Amino acid sequence: MQKFNFLKPDNNNLTLFLSLGTIFFILSIIDFSLNNFLDKNITSFLPRYLNFFTPLVFGLIGLHFIRIEFSGIKKLDILNKNINTNNFNATLSLFIIFLLIFSIPPLLSWFILDANLSGNTKEACTGSGACWVYIKVWFNRFMYGMYPNAEQWRINISFATVLVFSAFGFFMPTKYRKYLTLYYTIFLPIISFFLIYYLISGGSFGLEWVETGAWGGLSLTFIVSFFCLIFCFPIGMMLALGRRSNLPTIKYSSLGFIEFWRGVPLITVLFMSAVMFPMFLPDGIYMDKLIRVIIAITLFEAAYVAEVIRGGLQALPRGQYDAAKSLGMGYWKLHLLVILPQALKLVIPGIANTFLALVKDTPLIFVVGLLELAGMLNLAKTNPEWLGFSMEGYVFAAIIFWIICYSMSRYSQNLELKYKTDR
Amino acid sequence: MKRNKILPQLITIFFIILVFGFFTINAQINMENRGIEFGFGFLKQEASFDIQFSLIEYDGSHSYARAYLVGLLNTLLVAFIGIILSTILGIVVGIARLSPNYLIKKTATFYVEFFRNIPLLLQIFFWYFAALRALPLPQDANLLLGSSFMTIKGLYTPAPLWENFDVFLISLFFSLILIFFVYRYAKKRQEEEGKQLPKFLISLCIFIGIPLLTFFAGGFGLSFTFPELKQLATTSYTYNGGMGIPPELTALTIALTLYTATFIAENVRAGIQGIGKGQKEAAASIGLTTSQILKLVIMPQALRIIIPPTTNQYLNLTKNSSLAAAIAYPDLVLVFAGTAMMQTGRAIEIVAITMATYLSISLAISLFMNWYNKRIAIKEK
Repeated sequence: MQKFNFLKPDNNNLTLFLSLGTIFFILSIIDFSLNNFLDKNITSFLPRYLNFFTPLVFGLIGLHFIRIEFSGIKKLDILNKNINTNNFNATLSLFIIFLLIFSIPPLLSWFILDANLSGNTKEACTGSGACWVYIKVWFNRFMYGMYPNAEQWRINISFATVLVFSAFGFFMPTKYRKYLTLYYTIFLPIISFFLIYYLISGGSFGLEWVETGAWGGLSLTFIVSFFCLIFCFPIGMMLALGRRSNLPTIKYSSLGFIEFWRGVPLITVLFMSAVMFPMFLPDGIYMDKLIRVIIAITLFEAAYVAEVIRGGLQALPRGQYDAAKSLGMGYWKLHLLVILPQALKLVIPGIANTFLALVKDTPLIFVVGLLELAGMLNLAKTNPEWLGFSMEGYVFAAIIFWIICYSMSRYSQNLELKYKTDR
Repeated sequence: MKRNKILPQLITIFFIILVFGFFTINAQINMENRGIEFGFGFLKQEASFDIQFSLIEYDGSHSYARAYLVGLLNTLLVAFIGIILSTILGIVVGIARLSPNYLIKKTATFYVEFFRNIPLLLQIFFWYFAALRALPLPQDANLLLGSSFMTIKGLYTPAPLWENFDVFLISLFFSLILIFFVYRYAKKRQEEEGKQLPKFLISLCIFIGIPLLTFFAGGFGLSFTFPELKQLATTSYTYNGGMGIPPELTALTIALTLYTATFIAENVRAGIQGIGKGQKEAAASIGLTTSQILKLVIMPQALRIIIPPTTNQYLNLTKNSSLAAAIAYPDLVLVFAGTAMMQTGRAIEIVAITMATYLSISLAISLFMNWYNKRIAIKEK
């Protein structure tokens, strides 16, 4: 019989240590689950402060026993390497495992098992879980705001058209590629503007007029983000060029503009657009609230875009400028043909991050009374017939925004990788 | 050539003057029509509105300037707590994302990807309207940590009652000076003899010990008032005494911290990854332990990469704290740009003051962080 040391598990008594470790580990899981879900404490004979920690102690002993180096079992080695390298790591792993056991079953039952989906009234919600009926009933409102139900096809058609035109840019023949920027910055905004003006807003061609106050929900989020996104890019580009100009007035006015917008919170900018801006317009001229908000967010984000583009401009080697100048190119030719195409390629991930921030900032427009998704949630929450379902609403909105933002950030990461290998 | 440089500048100046002039003239006409005169005299008038939560003494009889100060202090309070908590959480999560432990790494990644991609406003709403509303009523609340109550009306904790508070401050100040000398001595000794003193332990002892000694010597007194349940009406209860932290502040702090910490964690991760593997291996080869490698070799270098983007996050957090207005936490925007503006109708002055305040806070933070960044930057000899 070989020497047997409990403190140092080794290869010689592999089966014994493995079975002992597994037993202790399973014991710890069982103890924790019983404590949590059935309110039973199998170690209640121990003093109170001790039996509170028994799952952890059992788990640690178990993990200690199975921590055998070069055991020859591939799966065990991988397990040890990943979650069980030393006592500290084992403790942390145990905490995470306990956390998962603690949180997953209640979440699962709230989301799916005890949730209600059928029915159309509040009374249909009998389970202790989420009441998805609420989302189902209010779904149209969350998507389209107060837009009349019968007219909602107008929004759908506009969005589909814009989507087709946007996608068209990706499949443009290589011959026309050089007009791509022009297409996105001039042609697309004009098309979208006409769609918004004639189709969504209506008032002509026999379409009923719908005031912007009735627009809302997720579609408003898309409208605002889309226009701000399209407009803030060229403005930001001009600002970035202005900031790097060697003409003092242009340089310092761009600098002041950028620093001003970057120094103030968006919410004050929106306040400004709502209460201060009308004071600055001549009497009798009224600008729609939505347009004011879009202008405010555009100027705000343009300052951030400008800083990102400036980073790209700075990253280009001086030789590029010198080479272009030596060919006799003027300022505009130099920038449009040589500098910007390279700089913009460098900053695509940065720009994508700024756009992501823009999308996440759009819910703020509710402070000036435009009810996009978050605003609609707050409105629905106070409806006397549907009190007490704020949790479902926020979870729903969070999931939608998360899907949008996560796919955007994934896309930008892909672009980053793509252009990294390019250089 | 000369003409080439002057003409664009002239056009720019002309354009700026045109825009500003147009706005100013319109503003003047509009204000004349409404009978408002531009000026900051209204700041001295009586505010005559109450603020729920205030760090300094305030009631309706104080001036608008005082209300502005209350709002500003509330904003700074949230920003300060948020910056400290999100830094701690961000560093922990950032390091956890690089942990060799699979479970830790995945949990940290999940946390970052989850909280980063949900709009902050939605998160604030969630904590305030959904999560904190699920807390018990005051009369049903359970004891927390022996003396605090977590209720739907807020978090109630014991409040310290100080006697001779200045003596306490002086003793703290004195211990800080002593710690400074200990650090200098430790550095000198390490340079001369190569021995390391347990600096942190010694300074911790000093920091706790000296105020404690003063306390036992009778220099100052400290007692606590505990929150006590009080019945207002048959079904309405509240807590008396102690310190009441409103749920708005709690929700805002949680949301800001969780949101900003994800960005700080990403910065920390990028900073640590930016340090070459060779540094780590070299440090390991001279026999430093893992924690020593992190503390003495990796972090001092990584901080130079981490600090500039983290400064931006601090600025963002401060600016984002203005979302407080959405859940009626009385910060600068709600108190001043909200209530005060409604009452006085002085949109231009108030929005201008609010924006100037945020601009100067941003400037102050970035100046401080630039100074700190310069201090830890590589000093090339």
